[in-house]
Amino acid sequence: MRALTWHGTHDVRVDTVPDPEIINPRDAILKITSTAICGSDLHLYDGVIPGVLPGDVLGHEFMGEVVETGKDSTLKKGQRVVVPFTISCGGCFHCQIKQYSACENSNPAEKQDMSATLYGHPMAALFGYSHLTGGYSGGQAEYVRVPFSDVGPIVIPDHLEDEKVLFLSDILPTGWMGAENADIQPDDTVAVWGCGPVGLFAIQSAIIMGASKVIAIDHYPHRLELAKKLGAEVINFKTTEVREALMEMSGGIGVDAVIDAVGMESHGFAVDNMLDMVKQTVGMGADRAAALKQAILAVRTGGRVSIPGVYGGMTDKFPLGALMEKGLQVRAGQTHVQRYTKPLLDKIEDGTIDTTFLISHRLPLEDAARGYKNFREEQDSWTKVVLKPGLEMEKAA
Amino acid sequence: MKNNREISMAGSVAAAGVALGALAFGAFLSRRHDGGSDDAPKNARRKNHGEHALVGRTVTIRKPAAELYAYWRDFGNLPEFMENVERITEEGGTKGRANWTIKAPAGTTVDLTTEVTDDVENNRIAWASVEGSDIETTGEVTFTEAPGDRGTRVSLRIEYDAPGGAIGRGIAKAFLREPEVQARHDLKRFKMLMETGEIATSAHRKSETRKAKQQENG
Repeated sequence: MRALTWHGTHDVRVDTVPDPEIINPRDAILKITSTAICGSDLHLYDGVIPGVLPGDVLGHEFMGEVVETGKDSTLKKGQRVVVPFTISCGGCFHCQIKQYSACENSNPAEKQDMSATLYGHPMAALFGYSHLTGGYSGGQAEYVRVPFSDVGPIVIPDHLEDEKVLFLSDILPTGWMGAENADIQPDDTVAVWGCGPVGLFAIQSAIIMGASKVIAIDHYPHRLELAKKLGAEVINFKTTEVREALMEMSGGIGVDAVIDAVGMESHGFAVDNMLDMVKQTVGMGADRAAALKQAILAVRTGGRVSIPGVYGGMTDKFPLGALMEKGLQVRAGQTHVQRYTKPLLDKIEDGTIDTTFLISHRLPLEDAARGYKNFREEQDSWTKVVLKPGLEMEKAA
Repeated sequence: MKNNREISMAGSVAAAGVALGALAFGAFLSRRHDGGSDDAPKNARRKNHGEHALVGRTVTIRKPAAELYAYWRDFGNLPEFMENVERITEEGGTKGRANWTIKAPAGTTVDLTTEVTDDVENNRIAWASVEGSDIETTGEVTFTEAPGDRGTRVSLRIEYDAPGGAIGRGIAKAFLREPEVQARHDLKRFKMLMETGEIATSAHRKSETRKAKQQENG
C-alpha cells in the first residue's frame, strides 16, 4: 500500500510499504477514506519529538471503512468508523475510570521503558507517533491496523459525510477537553492562546459551555478571522501587549481561565524563549513554552490553566512562583478521546457543532509531503489539510 | 573491529553463560539485601546498593485473584507471556513437577525441572528447581486483593544461584535479556493478557511480531 513515512526532520515521503494484517483477536483493518495532518504531526516533522524512526508511518487523525476484523472485534465489514488517536484497551483501571489516554495496556511492554524513564510512568499508545507511545503505524496510508477495535472506533451514520466527522479522531475532542479542563463558569472570561485547529475548537467549545467572553490570541490574520467568526474577541500578539490587553478586557481582574493551545514550539521573542529555541534546536530538549508562561502570568489569582498543547520534555524559566502564589489550578493531558466521541457526534448531528469551516485544503495522499510543508510554512492560509487516498492529483483543491 | 581476543573471552565465560537461561523468566537474586528502615517492600530498589540483587515486581490487575491464580497454576500457560521461556511441560504428580526449556543467548537453551514448594489456593504459588537442573532457582508469585475494585496485586519474585554473577548479568545485558527488565516486561504482558485477552503489539504484520522474530532467530 501507499503511506506517508517519516525519514527525518522536514523529510516525509509517500512510499510503498507492506499492507497491515490482523494480528490480535480484537484488531480490525480499515481502508482509509479520509485522514488529516495534525499540528502535532508538525512536531514530528520538525524533529522535536524523540523516538521517531525512519520509515514510520505517520497519521493519527483518520477514518475509513472496516475491511477485515479479528475474531473478537465488534465491528462489521463495511461499517464507516472514526478512530480515536489514543489507543485504549477498555479493561484496565484507567480505562474503567474513563482516563483513556492513560491506558496501561496499549503500549507494548517492551516500549514502555522509555516514557517511564522520562515521565515516571509509561504512556498509553498513540497511532502514528513516537515509539515512546508504542510506534503503531498511523493512518496517513491506504490501510491501517486498529487494535482494540471494540473500544475506540465510533460507527458513523451514512448520512454524515467524512469531513463532518473526521475531527472526532483528535482535534475536536482535544479542543473540547481543553475547554472542559478550564472548568468554565457562566460569567467567565476565557483566553485561548493559539488559533490553530485545537485552539479554534477550544474557542467553539468554551462558547458552547457558556463563557461570557472568549479572547483568542494569535498572530496570523486569517486564523484570528476564523476565531472572530466563532464569536471570540481577538488579540494579535505581534502588535499588542497581550497581558495588558487581557487585564483591560477583563475589567482589571485578569481572565478567569486560560487555555494553551500552542504547545512546545511556541513563538515568542522574549529572551528565555529564544534560549529555549536554541536548546531545542540542538537537541537539548527544552520545550519552548512562551505561550504557557504568558498565560500563567495573565490568568487571574485563583484562576484555571488548561494545557491541551503538546509538550514532551522540560522547559526553563518556568513561572513556578506565579503558579503557587496565585493559587492556580492546572489541568493538562493527552485527550481521553473515547470519553467524548459519542456526545460530540451527537452535537455534530444536531447541528450544534460544525467543523468543516476549518478545512482549507484537500489533497490526495500522494501529495501528503507538500501538505506537511505548506501546513507548516503557510500557517495563515493552510489551516487544515485533509488527505484522501482515493483522490486523483488533478482534482485536488 | 571485533578481534579474536574478545571472541575467546566470550568463549571462556561460556560456562557462566549457561546461567543466562535462568535470567529469562523473571527477577533474580544473587545477594539478598537487608531491607531499609521504611515500609517499601523488600524488592524495591535501595539507593545504597550499587548492584541491587533482589528484583521482583508488582503489578495490579483488574481481575479476581482466583482467575489469575488458576491461569498461573497451569505452568504450561506461562510461556504465553514469559518471553524467553520456550515451553513448560507439566509432569503432574503431587509435587507439581514441570520441565522448563528456556532460551539463552546465542541460540542455546537451558533445561530445568521445578517442583511446587508451596501452593495456597488463590494466594501464593512457589516453586524451586530440583537437582539435575542446569541452574538453581526458586520463584514465587503472590496474589493479594487491591483496594476497592482495583483487582489483585500480583508480585513475582524469582531468585537464582548465578554462577558468573556480575559477568553473567553483563552478558545478559549485551543480549538485551537483562533479568530485571525481563521480569517487568513479562509481568506487564501477563497483565495485558488477563485484562484484555491479548498482548499488545505495534507490529504491522504477523511476521513483525516479537514472537515471529524469535522463532525465526531460534
